Amino acid sequence: MKRYLIKRMILMIPVILGITVITFIIIHLTPGGFVKTNMEMNVKVSPGAMEHLKALYGLDKPLYAQYLDWLSRLARLDFGDSFIDNRPVIDKVLERLPATLLLNITSIFVIFILGTIIGVTGALRRNSVYDRIMTFVTFTGYSVPAFWLALIMMMLFAVKFPILPVSGISSINYEMMGPFEKILDVAWHMVLPVFITAFGGLAYISRYVKSSMVEVLSRQYITAAYAKGMKEKEIIFKSALKNSLMPVVTLLGLSLPGIIGGSFIFETIFAWPGMGRLAYEAAMSFDYPVIMGTVTIAAALTILGNLLADIAYAMIDPRIRYK
Amino acid sequence: MNKMVLIGAIMAGLLVFTAVIAPALTKYDYRAQNLSERLLPPGARHIMGTDELGRDLFSRMVYGARVSMIVGVIAVLISTIIGLLIGSIAGYFGGIIDSTAMRLVDVMLTIPTLFLILMMVVFLGPSIINIMIIIGLTSWTDIARIIRAEVMSVKKTAYVDAARLIGLGRARIIIRHILPNIMGPVFVYMTFGISGAILTESGLSFLGLGVQPPYPSWGNILTAGKDYISTAWWLVLFPGIAIFMAVFSCNIMGEGLRDRFNPRIKD
Repeated sequence: MKRYLIKRMILMIPVILGITVITFIIIHLTPGGFVKTNMEMNVKVSPGAMEHLKALYGLDKPLYAQYLDWLSRLARLDFGDSFIDNRPVIDKVLERLPATLLLNITSIFVIFILGTIIGVTGALRRNSVYDRIMTFVTFTGYSVPAFWLALIMMMLFAVKFPILPVSGISSINYEMMGPFEKILDVAWHMVLPVFITAFGGLAYISRYVKSSMVEVLSRQYITAAYAKGMKEKEIIFKSALKNSLMPVVTLLGLSLPGIIGGSFIFETIFAWPGMGRLAYEAAMSFDYPVIMGTVTIAAALTILGNLLADIAYAMIDPRIRYK
Repeated sequence: MNKMVLIGAIMAGLLVFTAVIAPALTKYDYRAQNLSERLLPPGARHIMGTDELGRDLFSRMVYGARVSMIVGVIAVLISTIIGLLIGSIAGYFGGIIDSTAMRLVDVMLTIPTLFLILMMVVFLGPSIINIMIIIGLTSWTDIARIIRAEVMSVKKTAYVDAARLIGLGRARIIIRHILPNIMGPVFVYMTFGISGAILTESGLSFLGLGVQPPYPSWGNILTAGKDYISTAWWLVLFPGIAIFMAVFSCNIMGEGLRDRFNPRIKD
């Protein structure tokens, strides 16, 4: 396990370097350099900021030196300061991170549970009416533009039947609530965003669980279990389910960038105070350091998520760690 | 399963047809504002109603179809070309070229695509051309991986050996002999790619980061719909249904094609 972990960590290094190179290239794509562009486009920049920035990014040095400089700053988690309020980017991102993690982790959890249930029941009753309906529903979720669905939900729940909150993470009187009420209040605000994220992501997982379950059910050890006289429930839950769920762990890891990436659209629509909305606000006000910071940190989150998924996979499947 | 391809093709065909004959279908200029006819519900004069500036929604939808579809198709062509190049070179040559290319794919898969797109839009500026290029540049990884795997397996066949033995060049072998045999999966990818690109474009345009007014796109029509959500349901409903139809038709075509080209994953 230790050797597997070390090998896995070493493989991460080129990926991390690659991300920094791509981010760096995009920064330098801007005609005339982004400091200049920013000065022209943004009236909110304080006069000293340009000199400060030029020094920060060492724009007078050769490109490779600029890159190395920037890299060493990144390693110290120094993403520079926001153009808008001159606060360190890392602080701005960190205060938004919990809301994003809360929403995304809950959504992934819901997708995993519902996707597994739909996939397994679909595999057991293949081609039944139930299976067909579920396939159609999940496929529709996959094709519906999520931001439109969000608008429809807002129309329904904010205008026609005002039962669910459609904006923000908590109510106005949040500060006056007891601890238990606070949790309920946040959970209540999460219903719609989580529902919409999950509806779009279900097809992917449920289809995978289904085909993997169908495959496992046709294996000889399942037939052997039946022949031995094991009960069907036991076979399904003990032997088949475990083996067909293992690849899903990796799949969840792979779907992370999509879910985290999608968060900037959701968070903007639902006024969710997370990292995605921060990135959007930064984009609208040309706050380059914040944009770069959110992209880098979002990528770092994905790497971390994938690493955790791989570790979990290696823990449940011994074949991986001894390979 | 060809039924799915057929249904998808008919739906997509209808949308494309509407987009192509747009001028013949519309009574009003999609840019013509008429402030005395603001936010009219669907009726005899305007079958889909009017928007907040009194523009005919049906005209905007039909011209929006042009924009959304062109963006989708061109973006996918760009990503397919990049994917074909990187995938076939990596698969054919293997070794260090292959592992370098695959690390690049890993990197692209790790950065949340929408964040990357957001960053590029901010640095390059939002415009129809930039959106197509940006979506193309950020969505080639799937196809590169498919092509690479296919090339690796086709490379080992006898006819490729034969081509090599009669002294054909590498480029010629890849282009004339390997690629034509792996086009099936490429088509599957392209149909899914178009639906993905249309979704991304409409999402960006919805947030004001994609197609910019006065050009209509399904996404930026929805932006106005958001502001009038409690009064003008038609501004929300019609563009959303259009996006859904376009995406859904591409997706079921992709599903059908996938089953056809790869009977193994059929379930």
